[in-house]
Amino acid sequence: MGIRFILLVNKQGQTRLAQYYEYLTLEERRALEGEIVRKCLARTEQQCSFVEHRNYKIVYRRYASLFFLVGVDNDENELAILEFIHLLVETMDRHFGNVCELDIMFHLEKAHFMLEEMVVNGCIVETSKTNILAPIQLMDRAS
Amino acid sequence: MALSGMRGLSVFISDIRNCQNKEQERLRVDKELGNIRTRFKNEKGLTPYEKKKYVWKMLYIYMLGYDVDFGHMEAVSLISAPKYPEKQVGYIVTSCLLNENYDFLRMAINTVRNDIIGRNETFQCLALTMVGNIGGKEFAESLAPDVQKLLISSSCRPLVRKKAALCLLRLYRKNPDVVNVDGWSDRMSQLLDERDLGVLTSVMSLFVALVSNHTEAYWNCLPKCVKILERLARNQDILQEYTYYGIPSPWLQVKTMRALQYFPTVEDPSTRRALFEVLQRILMGTDVVKNVNKNNASHAVLFEALALVMHLDAEKEMMSQCVALLGKFIAVREPNIRYLGLENMTRMLLVTDVQDIIKRHQAQIITSLKDPDISIRRRALDLLYGMCDVTNAKDIVEELLQYLSTADFAMREELALKAAILAEKFAPDLSWYVDVILQLIDKAGDFVSDDIWYRVVQFVTNNEDLQPYAAAKAREYLDKPALHETMVKVSAYILGEYSHLLARRPSCSPKEIFAIINEKLPTVSMPTVAILLSTYAKILMHTQPPDPELQEQIWAIFKKYESYIDVEIQQRAVEYFALSRKGAALMDVLAEMPKFPERQSALLKKAEDAEVDTAEQSAIKLRSQQQTSNALVVTDQRPVNGSLPVNQLGLVRMPSQNMEASSHDQGLTKENGTVSTVDPASTQSADILGDLLGPLAIEGPPAAAVSAEQNMVPGLEATPDAAGALALATVGDQSNSVQPIVNIAERFHALCLKDSGVLYEDPYIQIGIKAEWRAHHGRLVLFLGNKNTSPLMSVRALILPPTHLKMELSLVPETIPPRAQVQCPLEVMNLRASRDVAVLDFSYKFGTAMASVKLRLPAVLNKFLQPISLPAEEFFLQWKALSGPPLKLQEVVRGVKPMSLPEMANLFASLHLGVTPALDTNPNNLVACTTFYSESTRAMLCLIRVETDPSDRTQLRITIASGDPTLTFELKEFIKEYLIMMPASTPAAAAAAPAPAAAPLQPQSPITPAGYNDPGAMLAGLL
Repeated sequence: MGIRFILLVNKQGQTRLAQYYEYLTLEERRALEGEIVRKCLARTEQQCSFVEHRNYKIVYRRYASLFFLVGVDNDENELAILEFIHLLVETMDRHFGNVCELDIMFHLEKAHFMLEEMVVNGCIVETSKTNILAPIQLMDRAS
Repeated sequence: MALSGMRGLSVFISDIRNCQNKEQERLRVDKELGNIRTRFKNEKGLTPYEKKKYVWKMLYIYMLGYDVDFGHMEAVSLISAPKYPEKQVGYIVTSCLLNENYDFLRMAINTVRNDIIGRNETFQCLALTMVGNIGGKEFAESLAPDVQKLLISSSCRPLVRKKAALCLLRLYRKNPDVVNVDGWSDRMSQLLDERDLGVLTSVMSLFVALVSNHTEAYWNCLPKCVKILERLARNQDILQEYTYYGIPSPWLQVKTMRALQYFPTVEDPSTRRALFEVLQRILMGTDVVKNVNKNNASHAVLFEALALVMHLDAEKEMMSQCVALLGKFIAVREPNIRYLGLENMTRMLLVTDVQDIIKRHQAQIITSLKDPDISIRRRALDLLYGMCDVTNAKDIVEELLQYLSTADFAMREELALKAAILAEKFAPDLSWYVDVILQLIDKAGDFVSDDIWYRVVQFVTNNEDLQPYAAAKAREYLDKPALHETMVKVSAYILGEYSHLLARRPSCSPKEIFAIINEKLPTVSMPTVAILLSTYAKILMHTQPPDPELQEQIWAIFKKYESYIDVEIQQRAVEYFALSRKGAALMDVLAEMPKFPERQSALLKKAEDAEVDTAEQSAIKLRSQQQTSNALVVTDQRPVNGSLPVNQLGLVRMPSQNMEASSHDQGLTKENGTVSTVDPASTQSADILGDLLGPLAIEGPPAAAVSAEQNMVPGLEATPDAAGALALATVGDQSNSVQPIVNIAERFHALCLKDSGVLYEDPYIQIGIKAEWRAHHGRLVLFLGNKNTSPLMSVRALILPPTHLKMELSLVPETIPPRAQVQCPLEVMNLRASRDVAVLDFSYKFGTAMASVKLRLPAVLNKFLQPISLPAEEFFLQWKALSGPPLKLQEVVRGVKPMSLPEMANLFASLHLGVTPALDTNPNNLVACTTFYSESTRAMLCLIRVETDPSDRTQLRITIASGDPTLTFELKEFIKEYLIMMPASTPAAAAAAPAPAAAPLQPQSPITPAGYNDPGAMLAGLL
């Protein structure tokens, strides 16, 4: 399966973006988000970027006030996912210009469009920023 | 300011953001939901723009964690909107809010299909993505052909094809039948030639899924994967867009190396060489750089390369390079690298031969056990657990015990379980094992599951030497203040059984023992009270002559519990009271516990269960399955015959009825002649109390119980004959009692093609082999592992060598201690070419069961071959020089198992025949060279040529040439065996069957382990 979910959560633990690649009920999501946010946000800079949770792993990275949490299968290549997070951030940066939490909040749909171009069914589909952003730019130009 | 032009949406998001607390947020959300609901109700007034806006709001609310149980229809209906912006929202929100089980989703299949087969690329992408994310079975059935078409279409642009690949992956997972594997291997191979890296990245994910289920079908793709790696590693023809901090798509590199880990091995020499070149470059060329992202990306690739090298079982030199790298990693400051170093070192444990190098890092790993980061501590714990063996068990387990006192709660249970398992598996002596478990209970009683103390009781019961020691230890612990209840249980149990062995020691008189145990009675829970009552009954029984004062005290307690609310306790109190007034009869009823039947340790089982099970087979799991470890593995053990605990229970609770029932059962089994078919499921049935339930509940050996009750049960008179006959049948039918749990023939054939693995295994012993070959010499090591807690006796191993092999087996010890593994080197020398096979005649005794088996040893012809490749001139020179029989033989072989040329090349490679491509101009022919080593021939060149007929793969012509007529003939016949049928049908199967034991067996006495396993036999001994 690969990637099970991608979560963007701020320092206060509020979800800013959530994309699941396996179906969870709302209660399950709530519980899961609560647990992993508690686990990851409590960690310090000196600790590693991987947290084992239930039967999978969370690979996470912090950018200013925002945490990017990616749930992956145990045998996934952790560093590759860690850099995939950075690729996502760079892609957002290229589009928004110095992306911040508010950009993502108020442009939820854009964030979803980008993810949609980068991941399908839990697998990485595209890693070229130009290609990822092409449909969004097309739309911006059209409107 | 929101740019998307949905003002209402931005206002709503701002409102939410400005909420002071959760309650305000909920009120705002409720208001919005009410609003959306009313707007959706009179749908006529909604413009597509408004619909779009509300649907986004719904998604936003859902993301915040509120239930959105309406409006799904509206989201789905946007899919059929004609314009892109609405359609896009429809697809994206639908795939976030719904899952494949929603009915409306099915209603949308037609719309989705129209978008997929339509001409509009952007619509195609949207539809493929949604189906890729949430498509279900129905989607798979109706869309698979269209999606496949898009994927392989040459007119389709990459942006559509990459989505089609992952969409197909989803459909394949929902219904594997939609991808016809046979037809797909060629297509897949073409797809892997793709130049566009986006498409290639998606295709690689699809490929990993396909190959994980059908490796054999995709052999042809293996070289393609290596080519992709070469292309990336050499950075050829990669668009700048796809390099990440100067590294050509690290994600595709990682995925490709993952795909390669599904192939058991890379046979083709040139592909292997190319692959190892790339891997070597990655291993050597990855430096630590300042830029974090670059560093991470290059190490992502490096770690995957390490995993692949381990999987491929590379040359020793490369392996030690890997261990050296990992050794470096586990000592660095960077926590991510340290974590991954530990994780990968754990994986490395599966590789043979590196354990010793890993052990050198033990001190460093133990340091990581105290790291401030729990993720790292867990990895260190796993690694220590994995690397533990007899040589370092003491150090590691003691380290774990020490750590237990300070470990965080999240880890204690796991830690306790692991320490217990290691102590059990690798105990240098059993008293140490008892020490460890008691310490474990003492330090972390709350985290010690019942299984752990059941297991120690079993060991003590089964090992007489251990009983006084365990009793003394238990007595010591009772002096400690604030004892954990589990410690009370285990001490009381052990002292009940064995305190009489301490009789002459200070403060160990029955009275004193009783007093100190009884101090705990007021504070313990009901299950423990039940155990204490049994202990008291046992103490009474062991106190001979009876001590009236003690008797009075204990009787008073029994009396007190006679009307207790808990039925179990009440029953015990009543029964023990009645029994203990029977005087001498008490001795029989409450005699010492019999030995427990050997069975799988509940702990190990628990550890296995705890291992995560994901739906897709992971490469690691596959790898560990392929890996045949020489380490001692305790597998599921069925009791030899019948089922003990269940019948035990029956015997006491309802004597007459159950006796009849059980003897009836036994009678039936006898008629079938297969005693061992008595369903052992019932033995391992769902007893919550695990291994100890039976014994704990009945408090007496079944044998004794039977004799005590015998006179009272008239129904029993009918049983002696049946049971007696049965016992004889069991004895005569010994071969049935120990059955191999592996396919012996299969194991042999597998070992003919590789050099280490399991040769034989039954419930008691595992025989592994590891071999090294050098010219005409070979050194095999037999690993004899006793899987039980009792020793294997009268072990005998005889080698019956064929005339062409000189074999010398070092001394095999007569006894293999419990859970020990002994290694017996076997030297082999090859005198001349022959296809005869050496046989190992192996036998042992377990309890009274005799097992004897004849096993073929994989010291076969191809082990003395070494592939070489000759330049064309040289080859033809030799070929011409060896003209005609008997040095050159030719034969047309029919009935060949049809295989493609690459398959045949693989087969040849595994037989150590070096296939030399392009020597023969005819592409349907195969030419191979190899050197054969034996004492008489020394190194001798062999040339092989196979001419195949592409129109009829069942026949071919083979020509073999060498300087020795015997060799030429034997090699030809040898290769033919492999060509005609894959080895399963080769002759000499006779040697594989386990021979019945020859040793005559005395009628069994009831105290032997076999007796316990078989109530019928046990009865026979009694009557």
